[in-house]
Amino acid sequence: MLELVLFYIFATIAVVSAILVVTQQNVVHSAAFLGATLFAVAGIFLTLHAEFLAGVQVIVYVGGILVLFVFVIMLISVERAQHERQYNRQWTIAVVTSAILIGEIGYGLYRGKDTFVLPPAVIPPAVPASGNSELVGTALYTSYLLPFEIASILLLVAIVGAVVLSKRRTAAEE
Amino acid sequence: MVTTFHYLLLGAALFTIGVIGVLTRRNIMIILMSIELMMNAVNINLIAFSDRLQQVTGQVFAIFVITVAAAEAAVGLGIVIAMFKNKETMNINEIDLMKW
Repeated sequence: MLELVLFYIFATIAVVSAILVVTQQNVVHSAAFLGATLFAVAGIFLTLHAEFLAGVQVIVYVGGILVLFVFVIMLISVERAQHERQYNRQWTIAVVTSAILIGEIGYGLYRGKDTFVLPPAVIPPAVPASGNSELVGTALYTSYLLPFEIASILLLVAIVGAVVLSKRRTAAEE
Repeated sequence: MVTTFHYLLLGAALFTIGVIGVLTRRNIMIILMSIELMMNAVNINLIAFSDRLQQVTGQVFAIFVITVAAAEAAVGLGIVIAMFKNKETMNINEIDLMKW
């Protein structure tokens, strides 16, 4: 019962904040509501017994990515963008595409809904003795070592790319 | 009782909101935020199935998704800064140099 209440609280916060992210005029308000969504999703992770990922979500998303967003918003001017038209003229295409997407997902979920409602207790827990962080770490450093290293290279490339893209051109290069 | 179905519905709702944001907004910052929303929806699905099947693989892939999201945010915001330095705008309709 508590699980259900917690799920509905977090899900409501996540969906309402996500709608506000998309509809707000001011970019700073959008970023604030994005933070609320990210925290709510971290709570959803907690209800799914993924404690390590809830921590990673808060540290990386809220502490890293969202702060980066706010920094960039502070660097570029907000006032002028606020008075411009906020929405595209292609909203009919957007409505059609979203309707198709909702229909597709809804049909898939409807067809498969019997397989989702099986109680999880049918399958015994794999290794209930050790904690969630240990399980994730063991899988990450044994079975998924190569993807892990590739992910680190991806991060390195992203760092170099971001520095090169936002670097101020020197007079010699001009 | 909360089933996997609930989590999949939540993921679908967040993903659809992200798609609507990407398609309708003209401010590039909000488009990047909508992409983050979509990645969060994918993470919810991955972890819901990880919990449903009692396997840790879904959580490992969610970590990879978060890594890619961080890289995407860094490069995307670098592009935004470079774009703002050149054209003084955040409106994607004015970035049409390569448009046919």
